[in-house]
Amino acid sequence: MALEVDGKSYETDEEGYLADLSQWTQPIAVALAKSENLDMTDSHWEVVNFLRSYYEEYQIAPAVRVLTKAIGKKLGKDKGNSKYLYELFPYGPAKQACKIAGLPKPTGCV
Amino acid sequence: MADFETPKLKEYPVIPNLVDDVMKGSSPFIAKPLHNEPLGFPGELVEGWKDKAIDKMEDLLGKYRGLQVYLDSCVKCGACTDKCHYFLGTSDPKNMPVARQDLLRSVYRRYFTFAGKYFPKLVGARDLDKGVIDEWYSYFHQCSQCRRCSVFCPYGIDTAEISMAAREILDTVGVGQKYCNEIIAKVYKIGNNLGLPEPALKMTLEDLEEEIEEETGLPVKLPLDVKGADIMLITPSADFFAEPHIDGLKGYAKVFHEAGISWTISSYASEAGNFGMFIGSYENMQQISTRIREAAIDLGVKRIVHGECGHAWRVAYSFWNTLIGPFDFLDPNYPVPQHICEFTYDLIKKNKLNIDKTQNDHRTLTFHDSCNVARATRMGDKPGGQFDIPRAIIKAVCNNYVEMDPATTKEATFCCGGGGGLLTDDLMEIRVKGAMPRMEAYNEVVEDYGVTNLACICAICKSQFSKVLPYFNEKGAPQKFSMDMVVSVHQLVYDALVLTGQKFGDELDAHVAAMEAAADD
Repeated sequence: MALEVDGKSYETDEEGYLADLSQWTQPIAVALAKSENLDMTDSHWEVVNFLRSYYEEYQIAPAVRVLTKAIGKKLGKDKGNSKYLYELFPYGPAKQACKIAGLPKPTGCV
Repeated sequence: MADFETPKLKEYPVIPNLVDDVMKGSSPFIAKPLHNEPLGFPGELVEGWKDKAIDKMEDLLGKYRGLQVYLDSCVKCGACTDKCHYFLGTSDPKNMPVARQDLLRSVYRRYFTFAGKYFPKLVGARDLDKGVIDEWYSYFHQCSQCRRCSVFCPYGIDTAEISMAAREILDTVGVGQKYCNEIIAKVYKIGNNLGLPEPALKMTLEDLEEEIEEETGLPVKLPLDVKGADIMLITPSADFFAEPHIDGLKGYAKVFHEAGISWTISSYASEAGNFGMFIGSYENMQQISTRIREAAIDLGVKRIVHGECGHAWRVAYSFWNTLIGPFDFLDPNYPVPQHICEFTYDLIKKNKLNIDKTQNDHRTLTFHDSCNVARATRMGDKPGGQFDIPRAIIKAVCNNYVEMDPATTKEATFCCGGGGGLLTDDLMEIRVKGAMPRMEAYNEVVEDYGVTNLACICAICKSQFSKVLPYFNEKGAPQKFSMDMVVSVHQLVYDALVLTGQKFGDELDAHVAAMEAAADD
């Protein structure tokens, strides 16, 4: 599979996850979000940017709990819960938000 | 992914009318060479695959006497036909256990029995061709190896063994399942199914320590790689990552803390799960298990305790002795392996835990027996301990507990629908449909007894239910099922266990304020 953005083609896996993390750009994120029927708002970007910086440090996406706490610390306690994240990313913050952030999908019993 | 309809939950279980080939299109993603090769399998479908597949079948028949007995002894009595959750949920006759077995049995007869060699049509024998391979790949990934059918088979034919053999043959000719094989490759590279590297694991554990201190006012630790600890905890890596699993992990930590015992997690063997069993590969199962033995020796621990994971407990309980034994390096005064439920139950029996059951009064619980725990293992020293001990723990920490229909619990438990290597998004349809029988029993206790939560002791069950429960809400009706209904048994323990010296109210608030002030400095 491939994702077309601005006339260029980017390889993805069967589920549309970007094959090469280093190719990720903001327009690619917007296109990935669109394929998930999501429009990127500032709130979405806050989560996506956090995921990318966490991944850069730890080479894996954060646990949902780590994510909610980090968002809560940054944006206030009313947003530091999984309900808020599921409203933004209905298919689950771990999988859907990772995809948009260009990160590999978490595997295992999750 | 094709759209599908979620089955309706009926008041009473009904055996469905057959719909031929309705699940023919269900196949998981095929593994790529980078997933297969680290496991010792060819990257893709090999040349001469037909002969290689038959050779592998011969090899397995020679190694596993049970397999040959299962293939030879079926008398087509039909007792198993309506026992599989995937059949009940899909109506596809090939999901009847006998029909699933026949997918392999027909080929076995053609190449390994006299009648099948000379009069194939008379005995339902068929040639192995690419169509058969595709059919195997599809329908042997519609079996969660839960072994419910084998309970009802008068000969005890174990479809799980047949599914495992079929998957092993497929892997041997280069047709692997992406989900399982990618995960096993991650274990070899990183140490766990999730691909959680050591720094991330360390950070997660520290974060949880902080969380527990905020909730109890006590420095409860989740130690990593501590040499000389008494206990090494091995647990599914989902416990470090997913909800509600992580709350179970907090529960283990609280129990160990109160027991006053030294314990550690290993970053090298940071996975209890063993997908080698799902793919029927003895070699991979052994290689994954060996990491645990190595870590235990390296850390010099006396005991190994398992967290809440169904199939890992089966691997440990039923296979460890031959896979990675003997365990002469562990303390012989304790069972090898030991389950966290056994550990906690022992403390409860000895009255060593101060429990405030009212902390769980906002919940009414029921318990889902995980297939591998229920039908392949035991806990404690009495038959049925694997049923009684988790229930005894729940009842010791909760006031409100209700059983589901006994036709769906204990040794007759229905699989959650996501076991056996099917817990992947590309198999969502079979997962949702296969959850239907369990959901009918759960729905009944929700409706009749106001059950609010489903307690589980398996990472797969927890993830599967969290995902599929919402599918069963009726459109337009008030939401009945939500993902947060699913809880870990040790989450219930966590909430009710009052630690020695635990802080509450103003004292706890002051402690948290001091923690925050220290963090800001």
